[in-house]
Order: sequence, then structure tokens, then C-alpha cells
Amino acid sequence: MSQTNYDLARGREMLECMERIRAFELTAKRAAVDEQLVLGAIHLSVGQEAIPAGLMRHLRTDDLLLSTHRGHGHTLAKGAPAEAMMKELLGREGGSCGGKGGSMHIADFGVGMLGANGVVAANITIGAGAAHGIKLLDKIRGDDRICVDVFGDGAINRGPFLEGLNWAGVFDLPVLFVCEDNRYSATTKTSDMTAGDGAAARARSFGIVTHEVDGNDAEAVTDLTAQIVARIRETRRPEFLHAKTYRLDGHTYFDPAAYRPAGEAEAEAQRSDPIMRQRSVLAAAGMSQDELTAIHDAAQAEMAAALDEARSAPWPDDATVFDDVQDLGSPAREAF
Amino acid sequence: MKMTYAEAAREALAEAMREDPTVWAVGEDLGRGGVFGQYKGLREEFGEDRISDAPISEAGIMGAAFGAAMVGTRPVVEMRFADFALCATDELVNQIAKARFMFGGQSRAPMVIRKPMGLWRSSAAQHSQSLESWYAHIPGLVVACPSTPQDNYSMMKQAVACDDPVVYLEHKDIWLSEGQVDRAENLPLGKARIRREGGDVTVVSWSQACNLAVEAADALKSDGLGVEVIDLRTLWPWDKDAVMESVGRTGRLIVAHESVQVGGFGAEVVAYVAERMAVKARRLGAPRSLIAYAPNLENQVRVTADMIADAAREICQ
Repeated sequence: MSQTNYDLARGREMLECMERIRAFELTAKRAAVDEQLVLGAIHLSVGQEAIPAGLMRHLRTDDLLLSTHRGHGHTLAKGAPAEAMMKELLGREGGSCGGKGGSMHIADFGVGMLGANGVVAANITIGAGAAHGIKLLDKIRGDDRICVDVFGDGAINRGPFLEGLNWAGVFDLPVLFVCEDNRYSATTKTSDMTAGDGAAARARSFGIVTHEVDGNDAEAVTDLTAQIVARIRETRRPEFLHAKTYRLDGHTYFDPAAYRPAGEAEAEAQRSDPIMRQRSVLAAAGMSQDELTAIHDAAQAEMAAALDEARSAPWPDDATVFDDVQDLGSPAREAF
Repeated sequence: MKMTYAEAAREALAEAMREDPTVWAVGEDLGRGGVFGQYKGLREEFGEDRISDAPISEAGIMGAAFGAAMVGTRPVVEMRFADFALCATDELVNQIAKARFMFGGQSRAPMVIRKPMGLWRSSAAQHSQSLESWYAHIPGLVVACPSTPQDNYSMMKQAVACDDPVVYLEHKDIWLSEGQVDRAENLPLGKARIRREGGDVTVVSWSQACNLAVEAADALKSDGLGVEVIDLRTLWPWDKDAVMESVGRTGRLIVAHESVQVGGFGAEVVAYVAERMAVKARRLGAPRSLIAYAPNLENQVRVTADMIADAAREICQ
């Protein structure tokens, strides 16, 4: 990167996005650990923020996103409001899903976010299908949206990886598959459980244009995905991004991750924390320490306020439990 | 107008596709008309995007159709055999059935999921099953089991128009059975059809077993036994009022189904009625065993018209 041509505004936006994601995750973790306000499991994306920060900024609000159980970062970066997400984590009225889904099922259709998923790899075929739907609608009324379908490295060993990539290839669909490779399948090293050369090699075998990137380098991610997104919008064909990162936290917020080699996480945080890296980039480009601190503090304040709002929000009305199951034979009306 | 069971569904689908450009069908071998000819001629009229072939990839078909449903199309998913649909169980049960609820009402999955089921000449254990009770157990799904050409026409049209995911179980043994179809008939999903009226015993059934119940009722008529045959048509929702009204008159209830009796939907029907009125009740289902290839072995697990007639005589004694 040449300092003279460096786009400071863009770099700043990405840092803001990453700081917001991390602040959201750590605020939620504190709410879970210190106050037992988050009742179910949450899966934090601490250390993986550069991928959503670099990628989602190229998407339009009406472009589609599908994500995983570790999806808070993608969802925030796509534009979902933090307060509604925090309320959802706490199971409160006004949550993204009215308290019905919790962390693993956050969706915000208003910003094209078609759902996190509690089943590893399940969203791969669904995202291919969302792109299939776009293709069909394009022929009916014009539709130039694209779909981004994010999953982890653990997902590449499930069938939907094969079925979804094959589907997108066979039907020529406008979808970007993103394998966010944090090296762990839940609590087991993915490399110990994966035959062959892994995600990118498998994607290439389908004839899908495949890229690899240092997923902790926000600048590299955004440069590369700018081209990819523009190309998919034009060609309407699938591409695949293997983004290598590292999960600094455990599988869930209560997982101490003692299975990792001693010192691994600390060394990775030292070497490649994406926020630290982006701060260095911005400092080198002339941003003051005060500005960097202000970005950090603003994110912390936003998420603290989101938690305050969530904490004081009521539980959902009991009567909503039977809403939105089904129209025909709704449990709200049926004897059972 | 006379149609076969297969033609009736094909007609209904063709009409739905003419009316709504977002309706499309996807599954293995649809382009050549489907495994049982139930899509014959549709590729020619609607093209390959809307009568779409698919890889042998049931989870892919189900998952992709669901994604396409969430963005505003109305897919009709063909699973080829109900048995193969088990490859796509996560997609149906964990995703499609739950999305609307989990996402707090933000999405719908208006899909018809066709799963040809049932005994069909020496198809053996992996091509013969009737698993309708599984789906009745899953909140979020509508479960349809048409037994006649009329119902395969009108229920298919209603299923395509329905905003809920509909598991649509056609019986493989009756694709070629013919019957009158009145296109204007519009008995809604969730309403039972009284196929025979009678005052002595109520037989509740669905799918092909209901046709056997009708045979039994007709045979018993000459003996002076009045058998009321109720075709539930849908297992969820199911027409409790029609069943309660009929059993209220007859006091006797037989539920007959081709599927395994243990944990079958017949148990639900009998339990529901027995919790609410004094009733003499009996279930007729398959033994909890497997379906064999050899015809004589296959026949050992069949519920037949004779068995239904015998049960009716017995319960009326």
C-alpha cells in the first residue's frame, strides 16, 4: 500500500466496523458472564472482524447474506442495528427476532440478512438457493442482487458444502461463498479432521473461481472483495473466498479453549489481531492516537448503551409464543 | 372431467404456473416428465428454468428451494421417493419448518414438498415407506395425503397457493387410477371428506388406505352395516370436528393407515377422541416391521380392504 494513495476514510470505516463488532462481542460476553443476562450459548467472532469489515461494505442493503452460529460480526457489518441484536441475545421484546431465535438465529431481512444458522454448513445450500431465487426473479422483473454465504472451516466436511457449491456451479448463480477459516471445528483442530488440501482446493474442483486471502488484513480483504463483488454483480457467476483467520476466543463464550496449544492464542493476538493491525495501518497513514482511541471508545459506548436498552427491555409477551409457527393449523387456534 | 391421479396434479401445477410466474418446480429428472410422468409436458410449456432438473442431491434441492422461497419464489420440490427425502431431513425439519418462527415472522417458506410414498410393487424397504406421521409431528409443516384424482388436483392447487410449507405425500400405487375431477371444487386443506356415509362405525383414513376403506364400506353395505368413511386428506391440520361429529353418532372408531401402527397418526386420532368421549376404538396399521421385496412377504405387512371390513364387523358386534 502506498501511503500517498492510501484511502484514510475507507481504512477508518473498517476500523470502526471492527471495533463495533469486537465491542458487541465483548459486551455480550460480559453480559453473559457477569450478569447472566445472555441465557443461551453465544459464539464470538473475536479476532475474525476483518472479514466482515472488509467485505460487507461492498454490498448494497438489498444484497443478501447468510451466516453461521458465529454470525454477529457479519450481521452488524451488513447493517443490522446493534440494539435489536443485543435484545435478541437477551431474549427481549424488540429483539431482531422478537426473542424467538436468540444469537444463533439472528436475522434481519430489512438489511438482507437471511439468518444465522445453528446447524453447521446448513446455510451453504440455502444461500445458493437464495441466489437461485434472485436468478429466477431477474427473468421475471429484473433483479441484480447478489448473495454472500459465509461458513466456517468446520463446514467444509459436511455434505451441504458439496451440494451447495455444485448447485451454484451447475446453475450459474450470483453467490460469493466465504469460508471463514479460524482453524477450529468447534473444539477440534480442523486440519486433523480434514483430508486433502482443504477449502480452496475443494472449491476449485467445482470449477468455481477461488481466492485466498489473509483474513486478518482488512485492507487486503476489502481490496480483493471489491473486485469479487463487482465481478459477481456483472457475471452472475459464483466465486469462492477462503479467508484465513484465527478465533481468539473459545467455541462458545464459556469455552476456555484449553485444548489449544499453550500460548497459541496469545501469540496470534500479538502477531495478527486484525484490529491492532488496522490501527497500525491508520497510525502510519497519519491518524492520531486520540482519534484511534475515540473510535474505540465510541464503539464501546454504543454497545454499552445497546446493552442498557436490552437490559431494561421487557420479556416478549407470552402470547407471542404461538405466533409465526404456521397459518394452517396454527397452534394459536388448534387444540393439541 | 376424467383424469388420472398423476394427471390431476400435473394439471393443477400447470394452472398454478400459468397464474403465477414465481411458481417453479425442481427435482431430479423433471425435464423428461418426472419419474412417474407427473410432470409430463410441463418442460415444453414452461422451460428449463421453471421445470428444473436437479443433481441427485436431495439436501441441495431442499436447501436451495428453501433459499429461493425466502426471496420470494414459490418452489415445488420433487423428492422422487419419500424415502429419499430423508436425505434432506435437516433442511426440512430444522430449516424450512422453523425459519418463520425463529426469525420472528420475517420470512416464509411457501413451498410444496412432493414425496411420493407407499407400497408400490416390490420396491422393498427403501422405496415403499409411509412416513406421514413423522411430518405431522413437526410444528411448522402442513401435511397433505391426497387419495383421489379430485384431491390431487384441488389440494395441489391449494398447496401451491399456501404460504406454509406443505409436505405433499402422493401415493405411488395410484398414479394411474382415474376419477372425475371438478376444477371448481374447493374443499380447503384441513377439511375432511366424507367418502361414504353410515351410522354404525366411523372409519378414519387417508391416502391409498382410504380407498381400501371405501371398498370395505361398499362391501359391508350388502350386509346391512353402515360404515362412514372419513378421508382426512390432511394430517396437519386434521379435521377434528368432522371426526368428532361422526363418532358422536356411531360411537365406534377405526383408524386405518398403511404406515406402521406403532406411533402412527391413528394413535393420535384415537387418543384425541377417547379423551373427549366414550368410544369403542381400534387401530389398523402395518406391523412395526420392514417392507420386503418378494410379493408374498410384502403382502404380510399390508392393511387390506378385507382387514378393514373384518375390523368393522368385529367392532360392531
